[in-house]
Amino acid sequence: MVLKTFKIGGIHPAENKLSANASIQALAIPKTVYIPMAQHIGAPATPLIKKGDMVKVGQMIGKASGFVSANIHSSVSGKVKKIDQILDSSGYKKDVVVIDVEGDEWEETIDRSAELVKEITMSQDEIKTRIAESGIVGLGGATFPTHIKLSPPPGNSAEVLIINAVECEPYLTADHQIMLEKGEEIMIGVSILMKGIGVDKAIIGIENNKKDAIAYFKKLAKGYQGIEITPLKVQYPQGGEKQLIAATIGKEVPSGALPIAIGAVVNNVATAYAVYEAVQKNKPLFERIVTVTGKSVAKPCNLLVRGGTPVNDLIEAAGGLPEDTGKVISGGPMMGKAIVNLEVPSAKGTSGILIMQDTESAREKMDACIRCAKCVKVCPMGIEPYLLMSLSEKSMWEKSENCNVMDCIECGSCSFTCPSNRPLLDFIRLGKGTVGQIIRNRKS
Amino acid sequence: MKLLTVSPSPHIKGDESVKKIMYGVVLSLIPALIASTFFFGWQALMITAVSVTSCVLFEYLFQKIFLKGENTILDGSAIITGLLLAFNVPSSLPIWLVVLGALISIGVGKMSFGGLGQNLFNPVLVGRVFVLISYPVQMTSWTANSTVDAFSGATPLGLLKEGLKSGQSVSQLIPSLPSNLDLFYGSMTGSLGEISAMLLLLGGLYMLYKKIITWHIPVAVLGSMFVLQGILYLVNSELYINPLFHILSGGAMLGAIYMATDMVTSPMSPKGQLIYGTAIGIITICIRNFGAYPEGISFAILIMNGVVPLINNYVKPTRFGGKA
Repeated sequence: MVLKTFKIGGIHPAENKLSANASIQALAIPKTVYIPMAQHIGAPATPLIKKGDMVKVGQMIGKASGFVSANIHSSVSGKVKKIDQILDSSGYKKDVVVIDVEGDEWEETIDRSAELVKEITMSQDEIKTRIAESGIVGLGGATFPTHIKLSPPPGNSAEVLIINAVECEPYLTADHQIMLEKGEEIMIGVSILMKGIGVDKAIIGIENNKKDAIAYFKKLAKGYQGIEITPLKVQYPQGGEKQLIAATIGKEVPSGALPIAIGAVVNNVATAYAVYEAVQKNKPLFERIVTVTGKSVAKPCNLLVRGGTPVNDLIEAAGGLPEDTGKVISGGPMMGKAIVNLEVPSAKGTSGILIMQDTESAREKMDACIRCAKCVKVCPMGIEPYLLMSLSEKSMWEKSENCNVMDCIECGSCSFTCPSNRPLLDFIRLGKGTVGQIIRNRKS
Repeated sequence: MKLLTVSPSPHIKGDESVKKIMYGVVLSLIPALIASTFFFGWQALMITAVSVTSCVLFEYLFQKIFLKGENTILDGSAIITGLLLAFNVPSSLPIWLVVLGALISIGVGKMSFGGLGQNLFNPVLVGRVFVLISYPVQMTSWTANSTVDAFSGATPLGLLKEGLKSGQSVSQLIPSLPSNLDLFYGSMTGSLGEISAMLLLLGGLYMLYKKIITWHIPVAVLGSMFVLQGILYLVNSELYINPLFHILSGGAMLGAIYMATDMVTSPMSPKGQLIYGTAIGIITICIRNFGAYPEGISFAILIMNGVVPLINNYVKPTRFGGKA
């Protein structure tokens, strides 16, 4: 059978799924958590508590402060020590609420039973409100607030919900594992999302390196109305929103437009699980599955982690920091961020902690561009990385804009492929940043 | 505590490298080199050795004296230039002309632009065409291929051109020309690397497999040659020989597989590569049939090298989302 995939560009890095099939373990609650107020794209949440307040697990401690923003809930019970600023995974100092943990007392409204709640009793509007209240954001890594996706802008209407179960980043297995362990919950979550968006069709795209999950979901899908499972050929960056849409329904989102322009709404599979918990169990988003992995890591694992837990605790649970550690990445190796210290707190967007060896950490020496065109060939957006790099070097921003620099999804396929080790994506990011600013200035 | 490395993504790197590509090309040329030694004797190996050595030496000297950059001779590109230059000359060429060709290839064709990746024109062809135009006699004196006694003195394309000029028709000339099968295996007269279409194809397939080249340029060059010559052949088969003869003779294979696909001097987008390759094929057939030279692919490639920046500027890859 010919598997579906996207047509333009793409690479296939070594998969290295070291933690595959490691069952989800709940990480011990740390003594102190550092809950960032900015765990999503958009404006940081406004803290609702002050020093000395007692909080419960699931209590809202930060309120969304703008259209693109999300609520933040406490992941532990205890006493607010202070509101501080510490370095988070972005490398910048951000507001965090520091809570000294006392016990594990949950909000009474949360249904903590393991019972599966199948029947969806909420109306479309109630679903949207609950998802917004629960602070749910895209858990694939982009952390875009989910409730905004559920309400298409005027003039657009949703036709299909696409669930991203691709997990195309090498090493990461959190989504794979949650699918194997929480299949029913995910299917209900998907049904809730369908109702919330108002569509009667959903497609779950799963890459073919997760055959067990494909088989399991195909079986589950028989019990749910309108949900289709689409196995996909393994190819990076298939988890990119636009690539996934192209792979599953064969339509391309126009340059500069949102998926809704062609009637598609994309949500991550872990987000669907969070939606289930929020809507059926009244449990806001304060914990998630995180893969802790790396070639030298003693026990690569998938952990259920309370938000705000320092990365160090996660690494300890995986057998401690290996001797030969050179770099620690929050997320996968293609698009993740190298973190600056191990006290960085985990957040809603932390899909994995990848520990790289010394030898893998440093970049190789850059050679001259030999114009081999491999970057052009692998670019999933059909733009020209080599050209955009030299335009950035020469500060030719107007030409850079004309050459579609803003289309770049920063997947890193170009830099990955370049035989001359040229930092293509670094320069394209510079171009995107500068051109983006120019466009904003022009509009205002 | 030891400090962590912090750098932007991506954090992993594929196993492609300049050296891997360059030595991959070198490896793919070995069968053809063995064949040319077999057909032309040790003289062929000697020319190749001199050519490679002088290219590497000139690269070293130009880098050290003029560019004052890092030593680049180990990247393998000068070795390829040397190999391909040798493949583009007759086995009887005086050694000093080989050295001169290498000097022009590396010095003028490559280093004067700033070294690897900067040159506009294919360095090998710059050197080859310089020697061809400056020393036409030496460049067109062919030693007989050891396996074919009958055709010493002229290449198949040369014989054809001379014959047609003297008023003979294709059907009168055919008996004195090597058959297409001979051309395919390499039983003919010609430059070192021109002679075995089969082994050049083999090398090309290896490069395709290793993803060093894509199919676009070779297929466009050979395809357009075949189609255009095919049309001419159908129009008048007494004046224009069958298209297979053109594809298998002269530097067509060498040009299409190795010279036109030179990464540095060919277009970046697949569409651009098709345009570039097709134009090379058309110009080659025009020169071969209507020009003064029996062979024209070197000129065709050099002409199109000059057009590459224009092609890159106007022919863009297929953008995601359909925007041109």
